[in-house]
Amino acid sequence: MEAEGRVPGPPPPPPLPPAGGGSGAGAGAELPASTPGAARVPLLGAPAEVLELDDEEDDLEVFSKDTSLAEANSFSPSMTISPSSMINQYKFEDEPELKDLFITVDDPESHITAIETFITYRVITKTSRGEFDSCEYEVRRRYQDFLWLKSKLEEAHPTLIIPPLPEKFIMKGMVERFSDEFIETRRKALHKFLNRIADHPTLTFNEDFKIFLTAQAWELSSHKKQGPGLLSRMGQTVRAVASSVRGGVKNRPEMFTEMNDYMETFSQKINVLDKIAHRIYKEEREYFNEMKEYGPIHTLWSASEEDIADSLKGIASCIDKCCKATEKRMAGLSENLLPILHEYVLYSEILMGVLKRRDHIQSELDSKIDALSNKKADKDLFSEEIGKLEDKVECANNALKADWDRWKQNMQCDMRLAFGNMADNNLHYYEECLATWESFLASQTVDRHGEEDSEDRP
Amino acid sequence: MESSEAEPSESRPEEDGAAPGSEPQPPDTMEDCLAKKMEITVSEAEKRTGRNAMNMQETYTAYLIETRAVESQNEGQCSPVDSLWRRYSEFELLRNYLLVTYPHIVVPPLPEKRADFVWHKLSADNMDPDFVERRRIGLENFLLRVASHPVLCQDKIFYLFLTQEGGWKEMVNETGFQLKADSRLKALNATFRVKNPDKRFTELKHYSDELQSVISHLLRVRARVADRLYGVYKVHGNYGRVFSEWSAIEKEMGDGLQSAGHHMDVYAASIDDILEEEEHYADQLKEYLFYAEALRAVCRKHELMQYDLEMAAQDLTSKKQQCEELATGTMRTFSLKGMTSKLFGQETPEQREAKIKVLEEQIQEGEEQLKSKNLEGRDFVKSAWADIERFKEQKNRDLKEALISYAVMQISMCKKGIQVWTNAKECFSKM
Repeated sequence: MEAEGRVPGPPPPPPLPPAGGGSGAGAGAELPASTPGAARVPLLGAPAEVLELDDEEDDLEVFSKDTSLAEANSFSPSMTISPSSMINQYKFEDEPELKDLFITVDDPESHITAIETFITYRVITKTSRGEFDSCEYEVRRRYQDFLWLKSKLEEAHPTLIIPPLPEKFIMKGMVERFSDEFIETRRKALHKFLNRIADHPTLTFNEDFKIFLTAQAWELSSHKKQGPGLLSRMGQTVRAVASSVRGGVKNRPEMFTEMNDYMETFSQKINVLDKIAHRIYKEEREYFNEMKEYGPIHTLWSASEEDIADSLKGIASCIDKCCKATEKRMAGLSENLLPILHEYVLYSEILMGVLKRRDHIQSELDSKIDALSNKKADKDLFSEEIGKLEDKVECANNALKADWDRWKQNMQCDMRLAFGNMADNNLHYYEECLATWESFLASQTVDRHGEEDSEDRP
Repeated sequence: MESSEAEPSESRPEEDGAAPGSEPQPPDTMEDCLAKKMEITVSEAEKRTGRNAMNMQETYTAYLIETRAVESQNEGQCSPVDSLWRRYSEFELLRNYLLVTYPHIVVPPLPEKRADFVWHKLSADNMDPDFVERRRIGLENFLLRVASHPVLCQDKIFYLFLTQEGGWKEMVNETGFQLKADSRLKALNATFRVKNPDKRFTELKHYSDELQSVISHLLRVRARVADRLYGVYKVHGNYGRVFSEWSAIEKEMGDGLQSAGHHMDVYAASIDDILEEEEHYADQLKEYLFYAEALRAVCRKHELMQYDLEMAAQDLTSKKQQCEELATGTMRTFSLKGMTSKLFGQETPEQREAKIKVLEEQIQEGEEQLKSKNLEGRDFVKSAWADIERFKEQKNRDLKEALISYAVMQISMCKKGIQVWTNAKECFSKM
């Protein structure tokens, strides 16, 4: 993200608003000297007039977009689909030149059987990797298949951060399960999911992942039937939850306690940000609706006037253009910021789960050690088991640590891009509106000078 | 010749070159208007409590009117400021007086009595300081409009309103203007079947209806747009708070988040001033919304005059017919009297003669009245139309300026937005 202009130093404190302005955006406070890790004092007191979010602010449905935008955005040009053009979509902090796996998810299709109706998505993979028999694959997958993949990955790598899947279904809200908007949103999220896996240094080589991308439908079903059943997977999760319920782990390394604390705060903040972004979207939508009516009134008025008809029509046209610019701004929000924020809301849940699983692995070790210290017999047998568990714990910890660092870096990058993009959207919006109004003003001033000249003539 | 139901009687000291005792001429140029000779401001507003006509305690706002004679360039001295206090009801009284006294003039309107077209943040309370402030400006504007009107500025009662605090109300009432008021003017919905109205007035009435309807609609939607815009800006303020809290747990991102949050606060706060300015624009439109009412009043007056004229003409015609019938003994139109006399016997020749004489007198009176009514009507149309042309030019000028000022406001808002988001973008890029 390149900065456009040089903004010298920290921003100066804002001037006090004039009396009667009534806003609570306080006097300028100095930016605290930044010390990494030091607690930061909030810059300003909470502005009095800021619209507070209700605590009951609805846990809005997955993506609270209005359906009327669906047709405009079903395949928006900014969402490039073809694998070969994806280099720009995903930045790789490791070795970008080595990207050798390109995946797209598109073309949702409805399937109706006697028992159920479901949607499949086309998954296209292009690769130059040796372990793939071919360099291009096209398969169809349904949501269930993605769920399967996720749980296999979690099973294989309990302390790695597996990317989030879009929610199974909408708890609240009016969006119908199979609405176009819902499907498109889900498609984008599934696309993201697979690509995040592809970018992950470990997960990208996972065997189940490969099968997911390459196997034909019947091959996949038969493969799914092998391996530990659903019940055992559930058992794992239950045990993990249970052990965490029993209250923290005794010997948890400091690092993971810090991670936990961080995640608790992060989770809180990201959830609020998600709500804020949705609320802004809603307000922009309402603004857009009113603006749609505002412009035409001026045109209507111009019909009864003579002298000022042109000025009125000019204003109407400006308002209409600003209206369209608002629509673009909203689209930008719903394409970029909203999905990212939501993804990180899901990520925060995943991370809490990962931390719990790590704790669980450690508690297995701890309880075995406790057992050993109580029973004096069979020390040799125990010590072998304990050795294995110690290895397990060390592996888990290292894996998590590495993945955590990677996740944080990605998060930073994603947030920087997403918010930067939001700022960009707003900037373009205001620039467009400015140009519109300035050209209107110029046209009016020309008229005036024209009139004045003719008056001056004797 | 302007309609002169209330003759400005005394000579005013500021009017140069007027021969004593002659009828004052309307100023040829704007230079002679009172506005050019006298600085008028409504400079302050004060809450007062007092007792009203029913001896009940009430709270009201009083406005300070300050006047000062404008010295010519040569003297270079500052003349003293005169001042007096007036409340809104006195302004209303003045305006009602002007409406009745100058029915052919489009009388400038007063600012609204109660806050209308409010959006959620604005209070609809008459005591709210922002409302009082905007009303103060509106009242000053009203006085300036009257003082710069070629006809109205010469009115004595208006002059006294500006200069004499005590006893002014009594003087207004002494003019007896309430008696001259035509109650029919208030009955807006009553229609009078006028056969030959001046077409221009009919068109003007349609225009004033359209103007009123479209400006009301515009103001309503503008208020809703303002409401929504307020929401968009203010919710961004939440980012400020959350970014700040989030930055506490971040190492590298912290600075960027913190400073971006600051810009979000600035953004959220900026809407207050923006919308306050827009409120003044709304007031400018409102003035013309109320002006539409004044336009309609003039059209109404014409309608009523025309109606009276036509009724008078009709009455005269029927009297003439009656006279003719009595004289010739023929009955062209049915009349109950005619029938009864046929049934119950004719009248005596003496009775008939007496009736004819009475009718002839009435006819003569009627003809004179009709003549003067016709003259009145034509004069009214002429002078009213002159003022309407003046008004049209003023309206076009003012509205065009208002629209331009609206564009200027939008430009300023966009520039502020660009600045804030450029800063925010810079901060985000450093995250």
